[in-house]
Amino acid sequence: MYLRSDDRGGTGGSGTALRTAVFGGFALVLFGVLFFRLWTLQIVNGEEYLAEANNNRTREYRVPAPRGAILDRDGEVLVDNRTSLALQVNPRKLAHGERERRAELAQLADLAGMTLRQVRRTMHEELEEAPAAPVTLKSDVGRYLVYYLQENQDRFPGVEVRRVFVRDYPHGTLAAHLFGNVGEVSEEQLKEDRYRDLQPGDIVGKEGVEDSYDEVLRGRPGATVIQVDSMGRPTPGGQLKEVEPEPGENLRLTIDAGLQEAGDAALSEAGLPGGYVAMDVRDGSILAMGSNPTFDPAIFTKPTLTQSQVDDLYRDPVSSPITNRAIAGAYPTGSTFKPITSIAALASGAVTPSEIIEDDGAFTLGGITFENAGGVAHGPIAMERALEVSSDVYYYTLGDRMYPGNALQEWAHRLGIGRETGIDVPGELPGLLPTRAWHEELRREGLALEDRPWSAGDNVNLSVGQGSLQAAPLQMAVAYAAIANGGTVPRPHVGLQVEDAEGRVLREVAPPPARQVRIDPEWRETILAGLHAAAQSGDGTSYEVFGGFPIPVAGKTGTAERPPYGDQSWYVVLAPYPDPEIVVAVTFEEGGFGAHTAAPAALKILSEHFEKEAKPVEGGGAIE
Amino acid sequence: MYATRARQARPEAFAARPSIAERLGLPYMDGTLFVASLALAAFSVFVLSEATRGDVPGDPGYFADRQLVYVALGLIGMYLLARVDYSRFRELRVGIYTFLCVSISLVFVFGFAARGSRRAFDLPFFSFQPSELGKLLLTLALAGFVIDGARRGSDRQRTVRYLCLGFAPAALVFLQPDLGTSLVFGVITLAVMYVSGVRWTHLALIGGVSASLVAIVLALAPAVGVPVLKEYQQERLTSFLDPSGDPSDAGYQQNQAKIAIGSGEFAGRGDRATQTRLDFVPERHTDFIFAVIGERYGFGGAALVLSLYALLIWRALRIMTLSKNSYGTLVAGGIAAMLVFQVFVNVGMNLGIMPITGIPLPLLSYGGSSVLATFLAIGVLQSIHMQARLGQKGTYMN
Repeated sequence: MYLRSDDRGGTGGSGTALRTAVFGGFALVLFGVLFFRLWTLQIVNGEEYLAEANNNRTREYRVPAPRGAILDRDGEVLVDNRTSLALQVNPRKLAHGERERRAELAQLADLAGMTLRQVRRTMHEELEEAPAAPVTLKSDVGRYLVYYLQENQDRFPGVEVRRVFVRDYPHGTLAAHLFGNVGEVSEEQLKEDRYRDLQPGDIVGKEGVEDSYDEVLRGRPGATVIQVDSMGRPTPGGQLKEVEPEPGENLRLTIDAGLQEAGDAALSEAGLPGGYVAMDVRDGSILAMGSNPTFDPAIFTKPTLTQSQVDDLYRDPVSSPITNRAIAGAYPTGSTFKPITSIAALASGAVTPSEIIEDDGAFTLGGITFENAGGVAHGPIAMERALEVSSDVYYYTLGDRMYPGNALQEWAHRLGIGRETGIDVPGELPGLLPTRAWHEELRREGLALEDRPWSAGDNVNLSVGQGSLQAAPLQMAVAYAAIANGGTVPRPHVGLQVEDAEGRVLREVAPPPARQVRIDPEWRETILAGLHAAAQSGDGTSYEVFGGFPIPVAGKTGTAERPPYGDQSWYVVLAPYPDPEIVVAVTFEEGGFGAHTAAPAALKILSEHFEKEAKPVEGGGAIE
Repeated sequence: MYATRARQARPEAFAARPSIAERLGLPYMDGTLFVASLALAAFSVFVLSEATRGDVPGDPGYFADRQLVYVALGLIGMYLLARVDYSRFRELRVGIYTFLCVSISLVFVFGFAARGSRRAFDLPFFSFQPSELGKLLLTLALAGFVIDGARRGSDRQRTVRYLCLGFAPAALVFLQPDLGTSLVFGVITLAVMYVSGVRWTHLALIGGVSASLVAIVLALAPAVGVPVLKEYQQERLTSFLDPSGDPSDAGYQQNQAKIAIGSGEFAGRGDRATQTRLDFVPERHTDFIFAVIGERYGFGGAALVLSLYALLIWRALRIMTLSKNSYGTLVAGGIAAMLVFQVFVNVGMNLGIMPITGIPLPLLSYGGSSVLATFLAIGVLQSIHMQARLGQKGTYMN
C-alpha cells in the first residue's frame, strides 16, 4: 500500500488485511444464514406456507338453510320463516387496541339502541357458547342502520349485517307448546351424533317438534367461499366457490288448526291453568293439544329476552307458561280413572259387568269411612249405572277387592298410566302410579308422607283416581282410546308426514301402536254404555253439558282433591258413541267440578270437530 | 500486489487524446459495483410498478414513478461523488460532523411527525430524512477523526473518544425515535473502529457491554418497571422469537411476511400473489419489499437479489483493500458494514429471524432519502476505487 502523508500509522499493514478478511468472513456467514433460511422457507416448507396463504385469503361463510315449514293436517301453515336483518359482530375483526375497540363498540351500541354494557354482556355470553362464531347483537334491525353501516364500513371493522331466517308464527300463540323454538346449536349438542354435521352458529330446533323433527326441518347449510384482504373485506372478483343451501323439508302435523284454535280458546276462556288433548283413538294422531297459560313463540326469535319475559316464563316452574300441561301436567285424575279401574276389575275377575253392588253412600274400611261425593246413596247398581252416576262406593269396593293383589296397578300401567306415552313432542312426564313396591321404597328412604304399610286404603283411593296418582291429559286420552278401540294402546304422535317444498310426501310418520292389551268386547260395551249414559242420559254426571249435544258421546267427569290446591277438574270424552273416533281429555287446575269447567271446554272442542252445537238442557244428574 | 487485479482496459491503449469514456472517468470506476447497484435499483422500480399498482387510486405508477426519479437523482449524485476525491471529506470532518448533528437535531424542531416519531423534513417534492444521509456523513466524519487522532492519547482514550463521537448522533436518532437507524449508526461506528485497528480486547469489551445492555433494555428494565423502549418497540423487538404467539399484532406482520415468502416457493406466484397483494403483509413497498419479491418471484427472484447484495458487499470489501490511503479503507469499511447490517437485518426481519426494526432494504425499499443516501455511499466507494486506480496510473484527474 502506498504510504501517504495521511497514513500516520496505526491503521495500515497486515492488521487491516486480517480485519478485512474477518469482516468478509463474517459477512459471508450472515449471507449464508439468509440463503439457508430462504431455502427452508421457500423450497423445504413452501407448500405449507402456500396452503397457509390460501387459507388466509379465503373466508368460508356458511349460508343458513331455511328451515322447513310446519303445516297442519290440511296444509295450513303454522310455522314458517321470514328473513330478518341481524346486526352481527365478529370479535376477531374488531378494531385493534383496547381503546379503539371500546370506542367502536360504544358507537355501535348507540346505533343499535343498546348500552355498551348490554353489548359486552351479549358478546361475552355468546362467545362462551361458540368462541369463534360471529355474535348476533340484535336481530330485526332497521334498513337505515344497514345503510349507515355500509357507508361507514371503515369505522366499524368486524361489524356486519346479515340476512338471517327467523321463525314466523302466522297464528300467533296457536299451539305454541307444540312447536318449541329454534336457536344456535350449543357446544354440548355439537358433541352429539345427531348434530355431527353442524358447526357453531348453526340453527337447530330446541324443544317441541322443532327439536324432535330437527333432522327433517333443518336442511343443509350452504357455503360461500370468497377471497378477502387482510381486513376481511371481499376483494373484487373474489367469489371462489358457492354451495347453495338445501332448504329443510316441510313437516305436516296431524294437528287440525281449526280444532286447535277451538281448544286453545276454550282453555283461555276458562281462564285457568290446564291442558287438553284431542286424539284420534284409532291411530293416536293428535288433532289438537294445548296448555294454558300460553306464550308467544315469537319472543324466542329475539336474541335476548327482556327480564320481564324471563320472569314470566321461568320464575315459577309450576305456573310457568312454558310448561306443556297436556303432556307434563301431573294431576290426580279423580273419577275419570274409573273406566281404568273397571277394566282391571273385570280382567282380574273382581267383578262382572252385571254384578250388583249395594251403594249406600258410604264405604267403611278398617274403621275409616269413605263417602260418595255429597254423601248420596245410589242403591244397588251394576257397572254401567255406577259409571253413569259415578258411584264412588262401587269403585271403593272394586279397589278393596283387588287388594292385596296388584291387578289395578298392572292394568293401569298397561293402559299407559305412570309411564311415558312415547309422543313425538319432547317434555312429557311419566306421572305417578302408586304401587306397593313404590310405597315401600319411599318408606325405606323415609320419604313417605305417612309411615305406614301399603294398605287396602291406598288401593281404594287409587280406584277413584285419588291418593298419590298423577297423570297428564295425554295419558288419560291414551287409556280411554285403548278401551274405546278394543285394546290397542296407541302411540300418540303429532307428526303426520314429511314433505318436500312441492308437497310430495317423502315419509309417513305413523308410528306403530305402543302395545296391545286384551279387552273383552263385553267389557268395552259395558264401559262405553256407562260413559254414554253419564254424558247424555238424564241422571248422568255431565248431562247438563252434553245432554243437548246431537252427537252421541261417552264421557266421564272427574273432580280430584289436590291438596293444598283447589279441586282438579277433569273431563275425558269419546265420540261418536258407540264407535268412537276421537277422544278429548281436558283438565283444569283448581277448576272445581269436572262438569263445571272441564266438560264445557271438551264440548267446545267436540262442537268444532263435528261442527254441531249443543242445545241447552235442563237439569242433569248427580254430582260425582 | 495489484498487477493481477488491474484487468481493466488500460487507458494507455487509447490515443494520446483521451476518449469520452476516459474523460468521464469511466475506466477507473468499479463496473461490477455499478452494475450490481443499478440492477438492484432497477429491480426496485420494476417490483414497485408491479406490486403497488392498486395502492394509490387513479395513479398505478405512484410509487414506481417516484422511485424512478429517486434512482435517477441517486445515479447523478453517485457519479458526481465518484468524481470528487473522497480525501477532501477527511479535511471537512468537523464541518460534516457538525452538519450531521445539526440536521438530525433540526428534525426535532421542523420535522413532521409520522406515526409518533419525527424523522424527516417535509420538502415540496419529498420528505427528506437527514438520518439516512447521516449514515454516510457519520462514516466520512468518523473515519476522518480516527485518522486525525490516531496518535493522540492512549489506546483506551482513543476507543472512548470514537465511541462518544459515534454514539452522540446515534443517540439523537434514537430519540426521534428511530431505533433502526440509530442501530445502523452504532454499527458504522463499531465497524470504523474495528477496521482502524482498535484493540481486540476493547472490541470484546464493547461487545460484552452491548450484549448486556440489550439484555437489560429488553428483559431486565421492563421487569423492574423502568421501560427504556416504547412498548411497541419492545414488542417488535421480541415478537420474532415467538411469531405465532399472537397473530393479531406485532408477531402478525412478521408471520404474514414469512407466509408470503414461503408461499412463493421456487418460481413465485406472480400476479397470483395474495399475501402481499391483499394487505396481509404491511409496508410492502418499504420495509417488507423483500416479502413481495419472495412471494411474487419465488426463490429465484429472492436469491438473485441476495446475490446482487453479496456482489455489492464483496466489491465494497475489495475497495477497502484497494484504497490508496487508510481514510479510504475506513470509509469503505463503514459503508460495507452499513450495507451488510441493513441487508441482514431487513431480510432477516422478512424471513422471521430478526426483530422488526424499521430498517429499509438499501436500494430496494421505496423512499427518496434511503435510495439517495445509498447511491451517494456507493459514489464514495467509486471515488475510493477511482483514486486508487488513478494513483496506480500515476496521474490525477481534476
